[in-house]
Amino acid sequence: MRWWWWIPLLLFAGFLGVAAYQLTQPKDDLVPSAMVGKPLPEFELPPAAEGTSGVSTADLKGGKPRLLNVWASWCLPCIAEAPQLERLKQEGVEIVGIAIRDRPEDVAAFLARHGNPYARIGADDLSQVQLAIGSSGVPETFVIDGEGVIRYQHIGDIRAEHVPLLLEKLREAGK
Amino acid sequence: MIAELGLAALWLAAALAALQLYAGTRALRPGGEAVAALVRPAAVVQGLACAIGFVMLLWLFAITDLSVKLVAANSHSAKPMIFKLAGAWGNHEGSMLLWVAVMALSGALIALIERRLPEKTMLATLAAQAFVGLGFYAFLIVSSNPFERLPQPAAEGLGLNPLLQDIGLAFHPPTLYFGYVGLSVAFSFAVGALLTRQVTPEFARVMRPWVLGAWVFLTLGITAGSYWAYYELGWGGWWFWDPVENASLMPWLAATALLHSASVLAARDALRAWTIMLGVVAFSMSMVGTFLVRSGILTSVHAFAVDPERGSFILVLLTLYIGGALALFALRAGTVTEGQRFSITSREGALVFNNVMLSAVLAIVLFGTLYPLLTEAFDVRVSVGPPYFNPMGAIFVVPMLLVMTVGPLLRWRGDSIGRIQRPLILIAVIMLAALVAALALGEAGVLPLLGLALAVGLAVASFLPLRGRRLTRVPLAVWGMVIAHFGLAVALFGMASESAFSEERLAAIAVGDTARVGPWDVTLSEVLPAAGPNWTAIEGHLLASYAGGDPIALDPQSRSFWAPPQETTESALATRWNGQLYAVVGSDAGAGRWQLRLWWKPFVTFIWYGGMLVALGGALALIGRVIDDLRRRAVRARIAERRAEEAV
Repeated sequence: MRWWWWIPLLLFAGFLGVAAYQLTQPKDDLVPSAMVGKPLPEFELPPAAEGTSGVSTADLKGGKPRLLNVWASWCLPCIAEAPQLERLKQEGVEIVGIAIRDRPEDVAAFLARHGNPYARIGADDLSQVQLAIGSSGVPETFVIDGEGVIRYQHIGDIRAEHVPLLLEKLREAGK
Repeated sequence: MIAELGLAALWLAAALAALQLYAGTRALRPGGEAVAALVRPAAVVQGLACAIGFVMLLWLFAITDLSVKLVAANSHSAKPMIFKLAGAWGNHEGSMLLWVAVMALSGALIALIERRLPEKTMLATLAAQAFVGLGFYAFLIVSSNPFERLPQPAAEGLGLNPLLQDIGLAFHPPTLYFGYVGLSVAFSFAVGALLTRQVTPEFARVMRPWVLGAWVFLTLGITAGSYWAYYELGWGGWWFWDPVENASLMPWLAATALLHSASVLAARDALRAWTIMLGVVAFSMSMVGTFLVRSGILTSVHAFAVDPERGSFILVLLTLYIGGALALFALRAGTVTEGQRFSITSREGALVFNNVMLSAVLAIVLFGTLYPLLTEAFDVRVSVGPPYFNPMGAIFVVPMLLVMTVGPLLRWRGDSIGRIQRPLILIAVIMLAALVAALALGEAGVLPLLGLALAVGLAVASFLPLRGRRLTRVPLAVWGMVIAHFGLAVALFGMASESAFSEERLAAIAVGDTARVGPWDVTLSEVLPAAGPNWTAIEGHLLASYAGGDPIALDPQSRSFWAPPQETTESALATRWNGQLYAVVGSDAGAGRWQLRLWWKPFVTFIWYGGMLVALGGALALIGRVIDDLRRRAVRARIAERRAEEAV
């Protein structure tokens, strides 16, 4: 009997091990951004609706930390997180929005109905900026420090319990 | 009552499989002659019982019995009949039942007619079949009962996934299952031959039709699936290296290798252990694919109902089947005596080279598919796509295609390159000419250019084995090889041309405007609402004219289904002999303009024509082999008769 006849079985055992391990792991579909800790890519987006201003990388650099909120008028969890964004704004946080694959009239209707916490909103019609900053869905919120570096990523809607965490992350980014 | 009958049939089949397994293994040991006679009848009745179970499920779907959970979850009273029936296998439980039913029927068939192998090998084979079947029965009965009743009948069914309500797709999964079943039979033969150490040319001849059949079905399934993804998903691509596509490609690669190594074993009594190994690997790949798809541990566009419990169950089955077979292989392969020797420049040599290359490609696809799983264990998420698969695969596919052009020209046992000098030069000149022509046509990547040159060379080379022969006297199996090799060249030409010369245009145009893509002018004449039995849609009416010729009407749709609610795009295609115009209508872009996505794909249809030719070649070879077998059988019967007369 030669030892190499056992190689297929060993390889198969390796596969079984990995597969069994993965089966026991809880499945989470969150895709963390590889851009955390890196500076924002250069971009310039036109305004997403009448009465708002567009967003460029320079707008996210001036001195203080900001929140960059990736959202869309067609996204239901975005409605759920609107009150929390409003609260963050009241705490003095500057929130910059990027509307993904949206229409100006829908953005305007959303803001009229659910409030407008945004200092500016850029329109990212082809998700190009969204992909460039490593966001895989809506809503997602990024903490950007004064130098324009992405410091933290929050995936999914912001619930009430997340507000203190985001404020803490903003404070850290301001140091 | 129907559901209970179905479940009873399933239990009966399971019990018979248990009996078949016991009797088959007992008969291998001394003193087992008494139970040996049970094995074949058990296999036949098991096949019938399981088939009855599946027919009962079809019946439940035909009458839309909403008190059955599976029907309520996958059907709807308003669906056309053909999709009601397709609903029976368009889900996890039903598809498993179809699989095991076809497998049991195949077992019944070999139990009835196969008498060429030593009886002990046959008993061991049928026992292995029963072992595989028993696992599936347990899976169905314990964790995926297709006949489960609801406590309260549902008022209406939930419908079949709209993407699946397509006639082509109704038959795509069964095609693949037939392929998997064929490989499971080959697996059982391999295990049977290992158990009795009878790896002979006769064994290869007995196994070969099953491998050929499986290979034909897999080829058809992959070809149809690729075309479906192309026109239904509306992305304009025909292969995405998606885990589910890979899950169907891997058994195909293994089956292709097995087919060729079985031919060597049948003709020359060489490659014994290797053929057994491939028999195990081919079925393993279909099981691993099934596991990856249904356990949900890899993310794919093919959203099967994902369930970790099912995943665990399939993993246990995998461990038993594959682990058992590989352990048996490790213990026994050394005792399978080495076969005939041959020189490198021989038909066998070329086929061994083909086998090694195919195995390497298989390893690459398997590794690429499993890689995300490996890295995820270390919390790194990756997705592996064309940048890995295309060049890595090409490293092995290109040499394989080169050898494929000359392999069929070589003689068995030993040959010299000098003998086939002239055809070699001819093929080389044709390839170079094709390369130069492709370079002159426009800019393209290295791989597409190589692909075009190889395709043209292989297309010519595939007919060379016919030279100097009377065409009417050429055996069907040789025709099969010629056509299958030519089909591969045709498909390769389509793939290379599509990736080298496709043009894409994304436009937002108003009614009356024209967009240009490649040689086509496409005018949006109007956008209208449309409705079907269970959907509404916006339909774009396009007039496309090729190089200023007569316009052709194209009506792509963006459909909204309501049961269950889902959006799909129905692309519209204008097919010419030299390619396809592919049009997708998107949503309202505002200001009276509509989103329109257009592709011009030169010779893209060759991919699927080629796939069909490959399958046709396989089918011809299968028919040729079966006819040969029947003739031999008749001859043997006559000899036996004569001997009996002489004895009298």
